[in-house]
Amino acid sequence: MELLDIGILAAKIFIVLHVFLIGAAYVVLYERKLSAWVQKRVGPNRVGWRGSLQSFADVLKLVKKENIVPKAAHQGFHFLAPIITIAIAIALWCVIPFAGPFTVAGKVIDLTIAPGLDVGILLLLALSSLGVYGITIAGWSSNNKYSLLGGLRSAAQMISYELSMGLSLIGMMLVMGSLNVSEIVVQQSGYWFGFLPKWNVFVQPIGFLIFLVAAFAETNRAPFDLAEAEPELVGGFHTEYSGLRFGLFFLGEYGNVILMSALMATLFFGGYNAPWLQDLAFFQQNEVLRAVLQIGAFSFKTFMLVTVFIWVRWSIPRFRYDQLMNLGWRVMFPIALLNAVTTAVVLQAIRS
Amino acid sequence: MSLDLTFFIILAIMAAVSALMVILRKNPITSAMSLVLHFVSLAGLYLTLHAQFMAVIQMLVYAGAIMVLVVFVIMLLNLGREEKMAVRQSARAAIGIGASMVLGALLIWGLTQVMRPVAAGSSQAMVNGQIASVGKALFSTAYVFPFEMVSLVLLAAAVGAVVLTKRNLK
Repeated sequence: MELLDIGILAAKIFIVLHVFLIGAAYVVLYERKLSAWVQKRVGPNRVGWRGSLQSFADVLKLVKKENIVPKAAHQGFHFLAPIITIAIAIALWCVIPFAGPFTVAGKVIDLTIAPGLDVGILLLLALSSLGVYGITIAGWSSNNKYSLLGGLRSAAQMISYELSMGLSLIGMMLVMGSLNVSEIVVQQSGYWFGFLPKWNVFVQPIGFLIFLVAAFAETNRAPFDLAEAEPELVGGFHTEYSGLRFGLFFLGEYGNVILMSALMATLFFGGYNAPWLQDLAFFQQNEVLRAVLQIGAFSFKTFMLVTVFIWVRWSIPRFRYDQLMNLGWRVMFPIALLNAVTTAVVLQAIRS
Repeated sequence: MSLDLTFFIILAIMAAVSALMVILRKNPITSAMSLVLHFVSLAGLYLTLHAQFMAVIQMLVYAGAIMVLVVFVIMLLNLGREEKMAVRQSARAAIGIGASMVLGALLIWGLTQVMRPVAAGSSQAMVNGQIASVGKALFSTAYVFPFEMVSLVLLAAAVGAVVLTKRNLK
């Protein structure tokens, strides 16, 4: 590796990390504003212009707060749990392409932290399956009944929905014939019948819906936020967390929401492709501007999917635990399996 | 020191220490989490051998699925610290250590008999670890039968587990 390559890599990691953290802070504000709109309230409007600095005030408050750790808690794991959660939410960004490769001064720059990874989607599933430890360990180490119940619920829930999530992607992988995330995005760049973008959501609508529902469950968001169901479990797995450690869980939740939205945008909505616009001669000639356009398209798609997450949270009541398990195992799992098998059969019929 | 070697040393130490922690710690959760760390460092070791697919599957299956279940069960039963056994049975311990050493030696011997080493960093090693070549090998005529047999065994185990949990089957 040349020094220049290492420098570019470090710059990419730096930018992604900071955009992610600030983005998560603003999604918190966006959720509060949108939920206020849903409930005919005003929402935060005191800090900065129309409350635009509210998130920073909240973070400052969390930093200043005392960090209380219960005496009977397992000190090591109590400390480790929020770190696991946030580390995995950040690590998953390494395979997501933000724009197509472009050339600056004879140097090809690929806007992915780990470009050309052969097992990209499997890595995504593997890392996100590790995310469950953060919440379970948090619940267990707090040495509190409610925390433990929250941790157990989330462990059971995440194992159940991980299965449907992985299966829902199989159909998409079969159609694409690749596990490489960059390649999947490139393959979604054309058009069908000359006008419909070749997005996977049009080929695999059932796969996308299952992935969407599983994503709600994996991020522990309403309607599946049983791990922190307030009426039953006080605060669930983060009952005994305060100060910055609670802040990390909070950040992790919103980070996961952005991440899942970015994933869906990448895998099902054509990733960074900006249909029609990027075919204009102007963008074809100017690679840097095209990359800027693509980053914009990717951010827009992610933003729209984040909106769906928030919209669903404030529209649908929380599931009961047995309903959650029934939905996961008796509805989503068979449909995902059927979807995978049907896709395989149809593909084989077309190709032979 | 090359990058590969540096990574190997770090990951090997991590793997060895976490493996020791699994059996030396009293707290069952600490043991389980050390095992997770061990699996992750093993996955890293596979990566230094260019076995991307193996590394990811190691994390997905062992660290991400099996160990989550183990942690889940430990938490559900709320196991406490393990107490030291009252009587030290040194004869039994000696037999156990001897047997495991013999098993380890047999495994190493068996592996050296069937392994066909490929030079590290060669193009062959790069290709071998990729998901496409693993898939082609698995579904080739040489391995497809054992592969299908293994999935049948897994299916039988799954059905067996369901039957065991449903005591009053009509």
